[in-house]
Amino acid sequence: MNEATTDRPAPERPLTPEELTRRGFLEKLCLGLGGLCAAILGIPLVGFVIAPLFRRTAGQWVSIGNITDFEIGKTVKVTLVDPSPLPWAGITARSAVWLRRAGAEEFIAFSVNCTHLGCPVRWLPEADLFMCPCHGGVYYADGMVAAGPPPKPLIRYEARTAGGRVEIKTMAIPITTTL
Amino acid sequence: MKRLIIGSWKWLDDRLGVSHLIAPAAKHLVPHDARWWYVFGSATLLAFIVQVVTGVALSFSYVSSASQAYETLQFITNQAPFGRFLRGMHYFGASAMVLMVGAHMAQTFLFGSYKYPREMNWTTGVLLLGFTLVMGFTGQLLRWDQTATWSVVVAAEQAGRVPLIGNWLAQFILGGTIIGGATLSRFFAIHVFLMPAFIFLFIGLHLRLVLRHGISEPPVDGKKVNPATYRAEYEDLLRKTGRPFWPDGAWRDFVFGTAMIVAIALLAYVVGPPRLDKPPDPSVLNADPRPDWYLLWYFAVLALIPPKIEGYVMVLAPAVIGILLLAAPLLNNRGERAPSRRPWSIAVVLLSVIMIGSLWIEGARSPWSPNFDPPPLPVRVVGADSGPIFTGAKLFRDKGCLNCHLIDGYGGRRGPELSYVGDKLSQSDIIIRILNGGVNMPAFGKTLMPEELAQITAFIQSRKRSPSAISGTNLGSRER
Repeated sequence: MNEATTDRPAPERPLTPEELTRRGFLEKLCLGLGGLCAAILGIPLVGFVIAPLFRRTAGQWVSIGNITDFEIGKTVKVTLVDPSPLPWAGITARSAVWLRRAGAEEFIAFSVNCTHLGCPVRWLPEADLFMCPCHGGVYYADGMVAAGPPPKPLIRYEARTAGGRVEIKTMAIPITTTL
Repeated sequence: MKRLIIGSWKWLDDRLGVSHLIAPAAKHLVPHDARWWYVFGSATLLAFIVQVVTGVALSFSYVSSASQAYETLQFITNQAPFGRFLRGMHYFGASAMVLMVGAHMAQTFLFGSYKYPREMNWTTGVLLLGFTLVMGFTGQLLRWDQTATWSVVVAAEQAGRVPLIGNWLAQFILGGTIIGGATLSRFFAIHVFLMPAFIFLFIGLHLRLVLRHGISEPPVDGKKVNPATYRAEYEDLLRKTGRPFWPDGAWRDFVFGTAMIVAIALLAYVVGPPRLDKPPDPSVLNADPRPDWYLLWYFAVLALIPPKIEGYVMVLAPAVIGILLLAAPLLNNRGERAPSRRPWSIAVVLLSVIMIGSLWIEGARSPWSPNFDPPPLPVRVVGADSGPIFTGAKLFRDKGCLNCHLIDGYGGRRGPELSYVGDKLSQSDIIIRILNGGVNMPAFGKTLMPEELAQITAFIQSRKRSPSAISGTNLGSRER
């Protein structure tokens, strides 16, 4: 069943210019106040929700072990903990990197995130390959793409040695932007 | 007593205006032949009500904290009375909602019900479809297990492909630059407050439009929609043969809806909720993240699109599909409605179902994913228990070949099956392929020692249909 399409009651008499002006003012007043209320509520809401976009967390150097803990030519998983996690982060504050000791003082730290869509790549030590479980991306030991859809090599963390310890600089989850 | 109850109700009804509010909707006339094809919309609404009820119940125990959500889900599933059943209802209710909204959309499209004057009914319905899918995805993330945390990363990576603002979108999704304490609470707010608010709003608008324009009559061959005359014709049709929605039309909605809820409850009781994966520890890398079934087809799309264009497909395809769906009634809002006069509409629905179905099957099989833990090839498959073929078979597994290649049912499906490759490739072909790699295959030239290469080659060469063709020492019989 269709309903009437007009809700506005027909005026009983023509409006005077004064009434038109007053009504016009009141309409604008209500709309303006409504807009003001929306802004009072909306601005802090939007600011609060999008705050993470503007929060820049500078990478921090974190120590991940003694140099002697790592064997030359071997790639191993190293677990990191976010240096400044939110108190309720729990185990989600943990992350990992694939660390390769390439020489006596040379370390390469690879992000565990596949550059295709971020899934965690696994290291197959005997095959000398990283493989991704999601869409079959494969990388060589140096992080270069060997097969599958990844558009670029595994992202590397900055790594250094200091005082007999290995340190890497934390960073954001690498986001691949191809466009 | 009866008089007292009736009198009280009349008093309340007079003051609250319940009958005045509901009666016009309940008694509005619907076409007499709008029957079982018309139950999917109300079924979608009913599935949404199931989601609200079960979701509110779950929220009594669920804690949306990154450090505690997983434990609360374990409590709900394993200890709380009815918790397992409620989680199952919520999961299968979501599945039902996705299925029903799809069926409702297909029926509306096939019947041409999106044409004049119901263009905005369709458009609001398309938006409701989008909200439903967002609810499905965010709901999976609230499970906050290992799959959920990695799915957030996958979502952020996809958002990252959007030009110019990709990085911002990715950070918005993650609640920062990494997975952490802020991530889950964002999805909780979106799933529990924001999206339901949009859904309530648009369901209200959608129902308002259904009442305003009426339920479309079943299409008739040759009867075209003419905006100049349609409303008058429809009014005339209802006047002559219309039936009140309550109860003449509504009983089918109640029967179908009850059957759907019984099915949801049975599945929840018998099958139960989706299994919780490992805890959400991003440092545990033995993960195999997969979306829930209703997005598994898209998971397949992401694996199958050519890498060179995937950035465009990820961003443009959803945008183009969304725009086409929203604009469909504006592009074609008059003329024939009967599917027999619009065979292309049948083709569109069939093709969509076949395409999504095929991708869904591929997504479930995931042949592109390596098999990370293939069992060693047994001697009966290798055909030798010592010598180069035997050693080659061991190397074939150790070097990762078996992760991607299938041999007599063992291994992965990422690359071609090699059960009989010895019949097709010569020794030099095999060596060249191993050393240099190929399409979707790594090159092993830098990682294999010469004797290892010879042994793997010997093993691969021995993969032939005829056991007599196998050359090696201490041959066993190779079973087929």
